[in-house]
Amino acid sequence: MTDIIQIARQFIEAIPHARALGMEFESLGDGKAVISMPYDTRFIGDPATGVIHGGAVSALMDTASGAAVMCHPAGPISTATLDLRIDYFRAATPGQRITARAECYHVTRSVAFVRVTATDEDAARPVAAATGAFTLDRPSGASR
Amino acid sequence: MSVSRPEPVQIVKQRRDGALRGLLSGVPYISYLGIQFDRRGDELTAILPFDEKLIGNPALPALHGGVTAAFLEVAAIIELAWGSLWEEMEAGRVDPTAELGAVRLPKTIDFTVDYLRSGLPRDAYARARINRSGRRYASVHVEAWQDNRARLFAQGTGHFLMPPPPGAPAE
Repeated sequence: MTDIIQIARQFIEAIPHARALGMEFESLGDGKAVISMPYDTRFIGDPATGVIHGGAVSALMDTASGAAVMCHPAGPISTATLDLRIDYFRAATPGQRITARAECYHVTRSVAFVRVTATDEDAARPVAAATGAFTLDRPSGASR
Repeated sequence: MSVSRPEPVQIVKQRRDGALRGLLSGVPYISYLGIQFDRRGDELTAILPFDEKLIGNPALPALHGGVTAAFLEVAAIIELAWGSLWEEMEAGRVDPTAELGAVRLPKTIDFTVDYLRSGLPRDAYARARINRSGRRYASVHVEAWQDNRARLFAQGTGHFLMPPPPGAPAE
């Protein structure tokens, strides 16, 4: 179990775009991942309000989702997004950190299903949510 | 009104390119990702020049899925904003030399990305098609490709809330 977490953590931290957006792990394990990202004026999407672009929130949710797949007990060796549907509920409050909580809630032999929610510092009112399907590559020779 | 001679082509191009630049320059995240737009008449093509920081899978390497999603969403939002701006501009109702920082952009309601193949470490292109544009809601489809226009690496569909027209009472 520790191996899986270690591998997934290293995998995520080796991602240039996750590093570029300043993403940090909050927790990871058992098909669940929590990753957060600081507010940064470079990621503003609406100059009139200073609100972060939805695309940056998508990138955070996609990364958390991939991490959730990687730390699923099925022990995948790699994953890629097949599809992601993002619903935007409200503008994230400028200046606040954004946190994505992803859960890989079902896996088949080759597909993983994930749901993820993004919140700012007001955790009671989500900023966005997404559901996605991811590829699941199991180690060769793994029991099927 | 008397029939006037068409404007010189350079004047027209300057006005349109200026309006597009104004629209883009106000959004930091577009410059952060390095997204540019190529304009032919009213047709826009979004361009995402490859950069190391866009990588999501260093082993392949491949573009980050979130970058692909953001690229498609930016292409859709700019297409919508450009569509409205174009009408205003061609009708002579906006001054394209004026500061466009106040342009109100459509807000994304939802966006679905279909990842067809992994994004290669090279430039990507996207074009958006407005399937429906109502007073309040719009539906947009976006296609993205790299080397080969017919081999899409991703496509997306999104719904957007349109900003109220200029002069409309505040919400």
